[in-house]
Order: sequence, then C-alpha cells, then structure tokens
Amino acid sequence: MKRRFAGGIDVGSVTTKAVIVDAESRVLAGTVVYSATDFALASMQAWDECLSQAGLTSGDVDKIVSTGYGRNSVAFATKSLTEISCHGRGCLHYFPGPLTVIDIGGQDNKIIKLDGNGKRVSFKMNRKCAAGTGAFLEEMALRLRLPLEDLNHLAANADGEVTLGSYCTVFSATEVLEKIKQGHKVDHIVRGLFHSVVKRVLEMDTLTDTVVLTGGVIQHNPFLAEIVKEHTSCPVHIPPHPQVTGALGAALYALDGVIGPH
Amino acid sequence: MAETDKSGRRAIAATSEMKRLMADHFLSLDRAKKDGNKKVAWCTSVGPAELLHAMGFLVYYPENHGALLGATRMATDVIPAANAVGYSPDICSYLTADVGAYLKGTTPLTKAYGLESIPKADILVYNTNQCRDVQDWFAFYAREWNVPLIGVHTHRNIKSVERYHIDDLVEQMKAMIPTLEEVSGNRFDIDKLRETVGLAKRCTELWRKVLECGAVTPAPLTFFDATIHMAPAVVLRGLPEAIGYYELLLTELKERIECGVAAVSGEKHRLYWDGMPIWGKLRDLSELFSALKTNVVASTYCNSWIFDAFDPAQPFESMARAYTELFIVRDESFKEAYMDAWIREFSVDGVIFHDAKTCPNNSNSRYGMPQRMTSRLNLPTLVINGDLNDLRCYSEEQTKTNIEAFVEQLDQRKL
Repeated sequence: MKRRFAGGIDVGSVTTKAVIVDAESRVLAGTVVYSATDFALASMQAWDECLSQAGLTSGDVDKIVSTGYGRNSVAFATKSLTEISCHGRGCLHYFPGPLTVIDIGGQDNKIIKLDGNGKRVSFKMNRKCAAGTGAFLEEMALRLRLPLEDLNHLAANADGEVTLGSYCTVFSATEVLEKIKQGHKVDHIVRGLFHSVVKRVLEMDTLTDTVVLTGGVIQHNPFLAEIVKEHTSCPVHIPPHPQVTGALGAALYALDGVIGPH
Repeated sequence: MAETDKSGRRAIAATSEMKRLMADHFLSLDRAKKDGNKKVAWCTSVGPAELLHAMGFLVYYPENHGALLGATRMATDVIPAANAVGYSPDICSYLTADVGAYLKGTTPLTKAYGLESIPKADILVYNTNQCRDVQDWFAFYAREWNVPLIGVHTHRNIKSVERYHIDDLVEQMKAMIPTLEEVSGNRFDIDKLRETVGLAKRCTELWRKVLECGAVTPAPLTFFDATIHMAPAVVLRGLPEAIGYYELLLTELKERIECGVAAVSGEKHRLYWDGMPIWGKLRDLSELFSALKTNVVASTYCNSWIFDAFDPAQPFESMARAYTELFIVRDESFKEAYMDAWIREFSVDGVIFHDAKTCPNNSNSRYGMPQRMTSRLNLPTLVINGDLNDLRCYSEEQTKTNIEAFVEQLDQRKL
C-alpha cells in the first residue's frame, strides 16, 4: 500500500521552516533556512531540503499547508492557515490541552489559549512593537557586540541581573548603555534582557493550565523558559524542536486533508 | 440588481444619489463663503446642529472632513505638519489630519468637489460629548481666524441619564443663543427649532431602520457600507434631504432582504465591530472580510447617529437627552448592556474591538471589556491595534493575520 505524507511550511519573518509527517503523524524531517528577501525562494529551499532529509520526492507528499508571515508566498501549498492555528496544533501534538502556548518569534509574540478539546479559546498578538521579540534580542546583541548564540549561555550562568524597565526597544537600548556606563557586568545585563522579554510576554495575557513555549527564540534561548517558571505556578514545557512547531502544526493540518481530521 | 465584485461584495445602487447629496452639501457651503449671503457654523459630529440650522447657519462638520482625509489616505501625509507645530501624534488624528491639511493648504474637497479650500467658519460650536480634543481642535481655528468659539460640555461616563444632566445641557445650549443671533443676524425662533428637531428625528429613525436591516441573515449590508452611507445622517441631520435619501436606501435594502440577497455572498460568520473605522483601510478590510465569507453586521460607531430621544415638542430637552444618551458618554456597565443587546439581536458570532491609538474615547477594549464579554457571553473577541486616520499606527500584516486567525477560530467553533 502506498505510504501517505503531508507537509507544512512556516515562512517566518526571519527563518522559513519545513516539516514532513507520515500518516501516523510521525515527524520524518524538519528544516530551517533564512527567509531573507525572497519568501518564495526560501520556501522552496526549505522544502527541497526537507524532502531530501526525508528521502522523498515532491510527488510523494499529498498535501502541503503553508503558514507564517509569508504564507501566501508558497505557490506549491495546497492551502494556507495562520501561524496562530498552526502553533496551537503543533503544541497539541506533544501536550494535551488545555494549553497556554507562547510563541516568541522574530517579529511578533503570540499567546494562544486552547481548551481541553484542543479548540482555540483566544489568542493575543503583541502590539506593533518589537519589545519582547527576537528582533529585540538581536538589536541588544548588536549593541553589546555579542554573537546572538552567546546570549543564552551568558544569561543562564549570570550570578546577578540588572533590571531594565523600559517598554520600548529604543529606550531599552539607551538603558543598556546607561548600565554599561555604570559598570554593570555584561552577563547581568543579558540576564536582564531575557527578563525583559518575559515581562513583555506576561503583559499580553495571563498564563493558565500547561504553558508551552515555541518559536525560534526559545529554540536558541531555552533559558527563557526558566525565567517564565519564576513567574507562574503552571507547568512550563518546550516541545522538541520548538522552532518548527508552526511548520509541524501546518503539516498536521495538511494530514487532515489526506487522511481526515485525527 | 447590482453585481458582486471579485471578493463577493455587492454594491449599493443608492450610492450615486448619496454622492449627489454630498456634492450639493459641500458646494452650497462653498457658495455661501463666496456670496456671503449665509453664515457657516462649524459643528462637532454630535454637536447642537439642530440649533444651528434653526438659526439659519449652513453647518460644516470637521470630523467628516477628518474622515475624508483618512479615507483618501491623505491623513498620514499631512498629520506630521500638525505634529511639528505641537499637536502630539498621540492626540486625535482627525484633529492632527485636519490641522495638518490646513497648514499644508490641501483638502480632499478639491479633488472630490472642486472646492479650493475648506469653508471658513463664521463661528465654531463644539460639544465635548466626543472628547476634549474637539474643543482644542476648534480653538486652533478660532485663533487662526479670530472667530467666536462656543460650545457645550456634556457629562461623561454616566450610568443613567439624570434630570440634572439634561437641565445643565439645556441651560448651556440656551446660553449660546445670543452669540448665535449676533453672528447669524437672525433671531432665534422656537418653531424653526421644533421643525429642525422633527426632521432630525425622522432622519435618525430611518437610519436606525437601515442599520437594523443588518439583523437579517444573510445581512443586506456591511459595516463598511454603513460607514459610507451614514454620511447624510452626519452632515444633513435636520434637513429634508437626509430623509429622502434614507427612504431610498431603505427601500433598496428591503428589496435585498425580500430576495435573500447577501452583502457578502456565502455569509458564514457575523461580527460586531466596536470602535472607529480605519478610514484608510476600509476597502482592504471590506475585501478581506468578504473573502473570508464574514460580514461585520453591526457596530457601535454607526449606531452613534441613532438619537431616539429627539422630540419636536420639547426641542431643547430632547436634544440634551439625545446628546447625553449617546454610547460614548456612558459608563462601562451601560456600554456592555447596550452591546450585548445588539449582539443578540444581530446573531453575532464574534466581536472585533479596534483599539485606535489616537482615540481613547472610542476604544472600548482598554478596561477589560473584551475579556468580560467573552466570559459573559461565551463569545470570541479580538482586539486589533490601529488608528482611525494615522496609518503609521497600523500594521497591515498583523491586522490581516489577526483577522484571519480569528475567522479560523470561528470556523473551528462551528465544526
């Protein structure tokens, strides 16, 4: 009998992710490429790499759902859904509802609430502002002349923390300069920046039930989950490969179209 | 019967008549300034227009001009000129757009109706029921042109309308009469006021009936249609032309209802819109909702020109009551009960709150109302950030994603 496969492509503002699942919802492959300036090209690159990783050809995959900021740039997708639906679905693959999903992306944050049946109850996106997003950490890493990949290690191992109070990325940058001038240690400042990201998220909505963190920022900075735990009594989890959770959710929606809702 | 466009929207045939009325309105104001035979009073949207008409003024509404600046997407280009002279980007963007356009010597009335400029006021009359900004807005022009600035101060955030609210407002309106007589050159005539209030009442009754057509499933009109077709209720209230227009529009909508014609073909979801329209994105949003088979069937904003209280037998008292019963000046408990009733009546599946950056008085999401509504009515709510006029405060992609995700949530609920 012919095996059935479905794919999901999440074209984010910074990276494009692709996932292929089989008919039993098992993840066969997952890839990440930079979105850069050509979303159509990025989606093709991510998809080709994903097919290659899974040992499949495009003809093997029955349906593809696209999601993310550039979801309408994926010409070969069967349909598109918002990343809000797809991140929720991807998290439900690993954790039963009710859930509070926190997706920290390159340009925006989302808090998605799902009930015990996995149906969405509500969602919030951050206001039109970079505070608390991946773009905020990128800007601050640049200010501190630090490679992005060093941030998590520095924050996790800091023996202290400075408090950053500003709401705005530009004001935060000024505050960071002030802290440097005052002689604060860089790792303390980085820990303060991580706390600032979490504070911006906590301002968006309440945390209830099981909290699941997704997105590229969590993938590369898992210490953020430890800071979230300081602020809630809810269990806090990170799914495997949180950067591709949206693409996984899209693939699972695509699978619904292949074998029916499951 | 009008055809649908490619996104499934159906045009309203009466629109051409509305355009003619609006052209007549602006051209008569222009003629008055050129001939000098009639005085022009500027009036805020729910200001004492009935009194001004009764005193023989032609009435011009700067908020309507603000909306035109927004709808023509001129606003975002001219707002910085007002910001530069000290009018903050955080205050009303009708004000900043209008003042900015004045400073830059431009107006959408030129392209639309051939007017060289906005009609200069002989007197400026405000009502603070909308906000304090209208008073500051008119004060700019009072200084600029050295013309009288008068107005009334409506009580705000009230639970129920009390006698002292009405008495106070009646006194304030009567106190304006000597100045209005002086500027207009006409004596106040109570019978003329009764006649105008009677015409305004008929206009508002018909406007209510137009909006109530949206309760039918499928709805024959959308919120986006209503924001356009409310223009006569805004600028011609108290004049017979508005009545003729709404009789025409109502006939067309009733025909649609009889034939089962939907404004959004394949209507799947029905939404309530709270807050200001995003004037520069009306078309985009209308097309987006239509493509999603979703109709915004009711709104707080368009309802704001329903004034049930008008009564020619008691012109001052009923005007005062009409201006004070208004949604915008009521407390949260009244607002919630009001919205709940319309939501039930219109079979609404979800509510969108537009949090307009520069219009706090029309942004009802800021004190926990969406959360309370979801919990009280088990109704999904969505808050979108934007602005009535200043598109610097609006993110196209975020808004689109929010709305699409909301409709996906509504789809899921109906599974």
